[in-house]
Amino acid sequence: MIQSFIQYVQSYLDSDKTPGGAGNIFWAIVYILLVFVGLSIAVIAMNWLERKILAHMQVRLGPMRVGPHGLLQPIADAIKLLLKEDIIPAEADAVVFWIAPFIVVLAAFTVFVVVPFGPTHAITDMNIGILFMLGVSSLSVLGIVTAGWASNSHYPLIGALRSSAQMVSYEVAMGLAVVSVILMTSLNATSTGTLSMIGIVQAQQAQAEWFIFKFFPLGLIGFGIFAIAMVAETNRAPFDLPEAESELTAGFHTEYSGFRWSLFFLAEYSAMIAVSSIAVTLWLGGWLRPFPNALAGATWDLVFSLFPGITFLLLAIMCFYNTARMPKHPLFKVQTIGLAGFGVVLGLIGLILFIPAVRVRVTDIFWFSAKVAGFMYLYIWYRGTFPRYRFDQLMKVGWKVLLPTGLALLILTAIVGMRTELWAQLQGVWRP
Amino acid sequence: MNPMATLPAGTNPPVATSFFFYLLAATMVIGGILVITRKNAIHSAMALITTLLAQAGLYLMLYAPFVAGVQIILYAGGIMVLFLFVIMLISLERAEKERQFNKQWLLGTVAAVALGGLFIAVYTTTTRGKMLFPEGRMTYGETQNTQQIAALLFDRSTGQYMFSFEIASLLLLVAIIGAVVMAKKRI
Repeated sequence: MIQSFIQYVQSYLDSDKTPGGAGNIFWAIVYILLVFVGLSIAVIAMNWLERKILAHMQVRLGPMRVGPHGLLQPIADAIKLLLKEDIIPAEADAVVFWIAPFIVVLAAFTVFVVVPFGPTHAITDMNIGILFMLGVSSLSVLGIVTAGWASNSHYPLIGALRSSAQMVSYEVAMGLAVVSVILMTSLNATSTGTLSMIGIVQAQQAQAEWFIFKFFPLGLIGFGIFAIAMVAETNRAPFDLPEAESELTAGFHTEYSGFRWSLFFLAEYSAMIAVSSIAVTLWLGGWLRPFPNALAGATWDLVFSLFPGITFLLLAIMCFYNTARMPKHPLFKVQTIGLAGFGVVLGLIGLILFIPAVRVRVTDIFWFSAKVAGFMYLYIWYRGTFPRYRFDQLMKVGWKVLLPTGLALLILTAIVGMRTELWAQLQGVWRP
Repeated sequence: MNPMATLPAGTNPPVATSFFFYLLAATMVIGGILVITRKNAIHSAMALITTLLAQAGLYLMLYAPFVAGVQIILYAGGIMVLFLFVIMLISLERAEKERQFNKQWLLGTVAAVALGGLFIAVYTTTTRGKMLFPEGRMTYGETQNTQQIAALLFDRSTGQYMFSFEIASLLLLVAIIGAVVMAKKRI
């Protein structure tokens, strides 16, 4: 019994498929748990990073009190949120009010089923991968709309209406940009097109070109459309009208408190990570390392596979540097020891990542996460830089700029991709 | 006939098929009943969304992932959002006071009997010696579903539905133009 179970667990290790593709339930559950935990940690880290980076952009210090440099602030926040009273307004529609946060969270987390962290590091690879991601992430609008309506209050209702109008409008432009990439996967004599997330990255590998550089500048324009639309889609600054605090208090989640509010928070950040990973997969080569052509060869492969370890070692060195800079006061003793301990943990992780067996399995996950992290930094940067749009300006950008550009892009991509066939056809017309 | 025999190579055997079928079917039926019995329009819309999502699950079980994806993205994600959008803007208090059911017993009975008769006829009769429902499954692999649909629509040799597809898109265009004309007084 135990023997056969161990065999079942081991049988997956040699396969070159995702757990879902291999049909191995044990590893599928392990992957689901890993993605869930990793995502929660990423959201906690984002919470701290956003406050710190925004603060530094505005020449402030940000959270400094809880833990060294405010490192434990997210945990304090989480405890505060869980201990808060959970209020349901008297005139609210209790059932819908209760369900709405769960719809948003479910939609935000379910899309990670197909996110490819590596050629085998995805929970499953669906034939309809990108369609699934767009479809399920569009379900989160339902949660927002019902949350706003069920609160039975004016601010949430206006916030929910704004949010749904905005998300429905920008979904169109987003879809057109995505379709142009799907065309690019098929415009290669050796392969048919694909919607699968892993297949899209493999198409970029086979064509030896990230789709952001393909048919320059068409790929870049498509990426630009998506990069704008995805900010609007996740209701973030400068398109954060649904929760414009100067007009609507907090938009659709004004009436929510405590745990339910934190679910909205969790969903917003994991939706940001989800759309960023769509952008990374479609245009930036997914798990592939940078400079695959200019710096090709076994030596460069080795150099780039050392990056994960080096990154963690650098973080550890930063921790030690700040440990040395801590005030030499008895009150700061615990914090200093804690920061040094954190540095030791990071350093140990870095050293483990240098082991060849680990390195090979982790490099692709590292590059994917690093690219997504770049997008997360951009989100914070936007928020620190741009003023908020007015609603008519938002609609104008969506319908009058992004949508026509997307349509033109789609047609141009098709023409450029089929140029040899078209040319042959034209010659056939002229010289029958 | 063993349904597993028709599975294309490289496809995993289905897991707990009948369990999921009954689960999804029950969800659909309960959701459908709730749609017509709820007095609150928003509750009805949410029950309808549940029904549509369960239907997408049924498409997945029929090895048609593309249709399932389109079902989610169009019906659950697109059309139902517009439904909710409109319902929120109308006055719900007045709607709740209005009569919910039309008492048309005669027509209802006729329709129900006709539909039930159709179901029974489909299950029992054989047309020209063969059953209406083929035994076994569609042989399209779920890994090639999207490509197969594209070939049916657009391929030069096997494509046969392209014209009807374009006609349908023309119908949608007419509807869009009609909506704009009705909404705007001066164009």
